[in-house]
Amino acid sequence: MSSILEITNLSLSFGGVKALQDVSFHVPENTVTTVIGPNGAGKTSLFNCISGFYKPQQGSIRYQGEVLGGIKPPVRAAMGLARTFQNIALFRGMTVLDNIKLGAHVHMKSGLLGSLAYFGAARREEMAVRRHVEQHIIDFLEIDHIRRQPVASLSYGLQKRVELARALAMRPKVLMLDEPVAGMNREEKEDMARFILDIREEWGVTVLMVEHDMGMVMDISDHIAVLNFGQIITEGLPEEVQNNPQVIEAYLGTSDMDSLRKKLNPEREVA
Amino acid sequence: MRIGDAKQSYEADEAIWTSSTQKIWFAALLLTLAVFPFIADAYLLYLGCLVGIAVISTTGLNILTGFTGLISLGQAGFMGVGGYTVAWLSMNTALPFPVTLLLAGLLAAAVGILVGLPSLRVKGLYLAIATLAASVFLHFIFAEWESVTGGMGGLSLEPAHLFGLTFQSDFGMYFIIVPLAVLMVFAAKNVFRTRIGRAFIAIRDRDISAEILGINLLRYKLMSFALSSFYAGVAGGLFAYFYRVVTPESFPLSMSIFYLAAVIVGGMGNLLGGILGAAFMTLIPEVLKLLTAALTPFYPNAPIFMSPMLEIIFGALIVGFLIFEPHGLAEIWHRIRRFFSIWPFRN
Repeated sequence: MSSILEITNLSLSFGGVKALQDVSFHVPENTVTTVIGPNGAGKTSLFNCISGFYKPQQGSIRYQGEVLGGIKPPVRAAMGLARTFQNIALFRGMTVLDNIKLGAHVHMKSGLLGSLAYFGAARREEMAVRRHVEQHIIDFLEIDHIRRQPVASLSYGLQKRVELARALAMRPKVLMLDEPVAGMNREEKEDMARFILDIREEWGVTVLMVEHDMGMVMDISDHIAVLNFGQIITEGLPEEVQNNPQVIEAYLGTSDMDSLRKKLNPEREVA
Repeated sequence: MRIGDAKQSYEADEAIWTSSTQKIWFAALLLTLAVFPFIADAYLLYLGCLVGIAVISTTGLNILTGFTGLISLGQAGFMGVGGYTVAWLSMNTALPFPVTLLLAGLLAAAVGILVGLPSLRVKGLYLAIATLAASVFLHFIFAEWESVTGGMGGLSLEPAHLFGLTFQSDFGMYFIIVPLAVLMVFAAKNVFRTRIGRAFIAIRDRDISAEILGINLLRYKLMSFALSSFYAGVAGGLFAYFYRVVTPESFPLSMSIFYLAAVIVGGMGNLLGGILGAAFMTLIPEVLKLLTAALTPFYPNAPIFMSPMLEIIFGALIVGFLIFEPHGLAEIWHRIRRFFSIWPFRN
């Protein structure tokens, strides 16, 4: 399977804090790939590098073979990189429908004069977007009952779903989801897992996800990368990752006191 | 109770007026506006023209401050650019008013883009100061560039004309100002039905995620500045035709604050709010004057007592609105509408 995203030797630091050190991993095309790791491991920083919001000091990100380097975030969005945010980033002054339509912004062309007159091509384009959003996204995510509501009035789970809808309206090739089920109840999690699998299978979209819910991660991921203190510990199939001793140590700590002492005082001989 | 408004097509669902009740009320409003100058006295007609100009300028500022979230204290400066453009063109050319007003808007838009350039880096109060600086700078140009602006004495204009008609009286100006105001409010409404309006609101609500969703911040911030100053330029041009004279003191800093207050009192990010705010800010001082006149027969000292109080009452009204109705006059309107659309039920 070919890789749609390839991250090579990526390093990012803020002053003395090394958020990412020499991170390399790949995202195979048309998979659900998940990045896991303890809090503060650098997962969201990694997403921000891929979105173009942070500029890594070293390394490269290749998307469909092209180096993203100095490409600005709006252009990356137009190339097919869409994402949702850890803290919901919906536009609170707009309705659900307008939030979703905003996702289609990069695929629309009408200019200021057409907008002022709401006539001809501008009007047809708006109608085409409305039809696409209604038939493919609102229907698919089962949010037709809330389309007229302002997003601020929705529950947390529904807001997350609207954010997913907005990302889908961007017609992504790679969909990045930052903690899609955080804070959700069981039923909402199951819905979201189903949507993610459908997006991959029916839409052919590659999903790159950051998530803490291990049950869901192990169930729906095809490929997992583990990040700890800004470094990739391992990557592979869910079963491989699950049984990797380093991963268990990163998450649970270790019962082996000798190795812990060694880690804390590498120079001193352990008695 | 509003019923029977199920839609068969997306076009019908996205229309500005979605029910025949709304269309009838709007037609009634247009009719009232058309008949008004024939029944109103000179004073009311004068006020009607002033409100029309204020509506255009407030709508422009609402696009920038209310919808895009960029605070501007440069509105009077942009109106001045429009006013002086119209004045200069009317003295040096024989162009009819649609052309001069268009040029006034375009020149103001160009100045607006220049003033908006720092907006990518500075936001909030810092942007307010940057636009304030621009406003002071423009005022300086109006006062000192004597060969074009006539210096402190300003310029006098020929009346607006088109196809041999001249619009000399308030009656004539009303028929330029009000249709233009209606047209420009509709154009603004259209913008917020399309991608450009959505991009403006996205920048106001969360500029960082807007950028990651594919919105080029600089481009849309400058577009908002251009559109807003275009409205200001046209309003300034109408102002010049209306008073037939422009001086640097025609566009003082307090005018920028007046429009900012109109946007806030009316309801930020709400076109109807801009209209209501413009009418409120223009008419309330007049209403207070009328009240004073009405009190005089009973309290002969009323004018002496009231005239210094007018400013205080005006200020108190604005503060009161901000405290009790933070979403502005538009919110009151929406409450009334909600009441009638579910009537006879209560909730």
